[in-house]
Amino acid sequence: MASQEVLREEPSRGSFINDPRVRGIFFQAVVVVVLVAGVWWIAHNVIDNLTRLRIASGFGFLKGRAGFDISESAIAYSSDSTYGRAILVGFLNTVIVAVVGIITATIIGFIVGIGRLSQNWLIRKICTVYVEVFRNIPPLLVIFFWYSGVLAVLPPPRESINLPFGSFLNQRGFYFPRAVWGDGSWLIFVALLVGIAMAWFVARKARQRQMATGQQFPVFWTSAAVIVGLPLLAYVLSGFPLSFDYPKQSTFNLTGGFQVRPEFLSLYLALSCYTAAFIAEIVRAGIRGVSKGQTEAAGALGLRPGSILRLVVVPQAMRIVIPPLTSQYLNLTKNSSLAIAIGYPDLTATAGTVLNQTGQAVEGVVIMMVIYLAISLLTSLVMNWFNAKMALVER
Amino acid sequence: MQEHDMSWVRAEMALAEPAPAGVAGFQAWVRKNLIASTGDTIMTIAGIALVVMILPQIINWAFINAVWTGPDRTACATVAQGGVQPEGWTGACWAFVNAKFGQFMVGRYPIEERWRPILVAILFVALLVPMLIPKVPRKGLNAILLFFALPIVAFILLVGGMFGLPHVETSLWGGLLVTLSLSFVGIAVSLPLGIVLALGRRSKMPIIKTLCVIFIETVRGIPLITVLFFASVMLPLFLPEGVSFDKFLRALIGVSLFAAAYMAEVVRGGLQAIPKGQYEGADSLGLGYWQKMYLIVMPQALKLVIPGIVNTFIGMFKDTSLVIIISMFDLLGIVKQNFSDPNWATAQTARSGLIFAAFIFWLFCFGMSRYSMFTERRLDTGHKR
Repeated sequence: MASQEVLREEPSRGSFINDPRVRGIFFQAVVVVVLVAGVWWIAHNVIDNLTRLRIASGFGFLKGRAGFDISESAIAYSSDSTYGRAILVGFLNTVIVAVVGIITATIIGFIVGIGRLSQNWLIRKICTVYVEVFRNIPPLLVIFFWYSGVLAVLPPPRESINLPFGSFLNQRGFYFPRAVWGDGSWLIFVALLVGIAMAWFVARKARQRQMATGQQFPVFWTSAAVIVGLPLLAYVLSGFPLSFDYPKQSTFNLTGGFQVRPEFLSLYLALSCYTAAFIAEIVRAGIRGVSKGQTEAAGALGLRPGSILRLVVVPQAMRIVIPPLTSQYLNLTKNSSLAIAIGYPDLTATAGTVLNQTGQAVEGVVIMMVIYLAISLLTSLVMNWFNAKMALVER
Repeated sequence: MQEHDMSWVRAEMALAEPAPAGVAGFQAWVRKNLIASTGDTIMTIAGIALVVMILPQIINWAFINAVWTGPDRTACATVAQGGVQPEGWTGACWAFVNAKFGQFMVGRYPIEERWRPILVAILFVALLVPMLIPKVPRKGLNAILLFFALPIVAFILLVGGMFGLPHVETSLWGGLLVTLSLSFVGIAVSLPLGIVLALGRRSKMPIIKTLCVIFIETVRGIPLITVLFFASVMLPLFLPEGVSFDKFLRALIGVSLFAAAYMAEVVRGGLQAIPKGQYEGADSLGLGYWQKMYLIVMPQALKLVIPGIVNTFIGMFKDTSLVIIISMFDLLGIVKQNFSDPNWATAQTARSGLIFAAFIFWLFCFGMSRYSMFTERRLDTGHKR
């Protein structure tokens, strides 16, 4: 320590210019000056341009009347609503398609990823073809393929394709029965919540008992019975309040039921198929990343193949899988902005319309960026928390 | 003596017996790979059912029933739709792709000037192929020609307006020409820019580090469409009145900056994987910062992250298709635009056009990923951890 102090106090032998610290400060000062000058110049230009185009800056425009319709909306919206509400509708649509897309992509991805490691040659090849096809074409093309190549050439409503459970498929989308909740159906939801709470409680108790005594308890079957049984019981007790509104053929269209529009359907299918190919590769890498010794050791302990996978391989593979999986989820969310190409009113599409109508380019782009950044950060936070929970607990 | 006569030494090896039927040969392969267990057999049957269901349909559609040549939509429409095909016919309409092939390649580039993009394409291939084959010598000269001379020549040829070549607006460009030029420039710009950003992010100077982190994380957090919006809507506002630049250039800037942020993270991964001893070794040799990076760190770091770099390239190549949003027509955009051509509007047109575009994209991306695997193996010195 002392010798270092002495060394540091010694005057540097080289020239003042060659001192890395001085150089560092100098370069940073240059960067700051250039940056400030650039920002000032840009700000000056922006203000100039805005005054010339007579656009008032600020977010006051969000309260103005939107005046355009949105085909799909999770909340009440009409053309009389405000610009702010239009952007909110877009945001909700983005969230909806991202969430269902993530769930489907994860399921397909895990199946295909495990399939690529299967003992079965045929299954392996089929999964490889799937991954290699979808990984190497642009997501936008997949969206167009579903939209113009598949869904647009379906038969018109009068010749709808009948599907099981009273659902229909035609040019205008996918129709399925809508559940109509009658009086007293709140009891079913309460029963469901109680069931989930009970299942959680049983699982906790069972684990404690197994830790203490080594006795196992059939947690899965008990939970399933409680979660399914209680709502069923409530359904019977409250006098069968649930009925279905089936889509019906009328002269020109289908009436009733729940309609999923082709825009949503093609975006959702394309994002799921595309992202699933990447998730499959991540899952494959994760499972292969677990060393063979682990499987063999588990086998030597007498675990059955299913248990080996569930108790030994998957928990370790998850640690490798989660970080890249997070970025795939974020990619899917960002790719959902491709909706604009087929007219699904997501955040980018509605904010783009607002931007075009009001001319508030700066504010519009800023809103878009802030919302996407917020979604990204939130997803990262949740996945980091999950990752920390799954991480190897070391001393 | 007698004993000596009885002794016997075998002079040659006995011939190897063939493996038992159960462990080698076709039968064993089938048993191991297709019907190892009951579950396996069920999966095999399901797989065969899937293939039998789908494959003949695809082959029928794409080859047997396909229409390869034809003057207009009648060739690909059924009688009821006003065409020549029998009722219930479905097949690919390659005639559409055939008729529009020129457009799909270069967009609305004037027909009498089309030799210019073709010449550029020939030059590009002539320079790229020797660059990719490791055995061909003079890589340095080749790289200079490919990355410095070719862009200049290509610019002069494609844009024109000098040396007696008529000027061609970039708004007339389209098809594969736009896709390839956007991705080539994007690749050429994003790699060096990404390296600089990655070095900045690992720099010890707080201001530079902060700026790099803000740039990288912001760009990575937003979709490319937003960046393109930014480039097409905001850039004109940032410039003084009267100054504006080409839409094509704006898209180029957007795509390059976007790819650079992703590239920076890939390169940073490589930088982090280099042991500290390498940095310290370079320091103790008296190398300056740039010498240290250029001679010691980067060659090792970049080699480690080749797959990541190529993945970013592939991602960018696919992402160029998004320029359709700011109404530019790359390969996908021009294919989509041609769906609305009334001369070719049939039920099969969209499908055929999209599958053709998908095939082209697939060829490029698959080629890139295979080449990266090849390079990875070639450069592997066994030091990888």
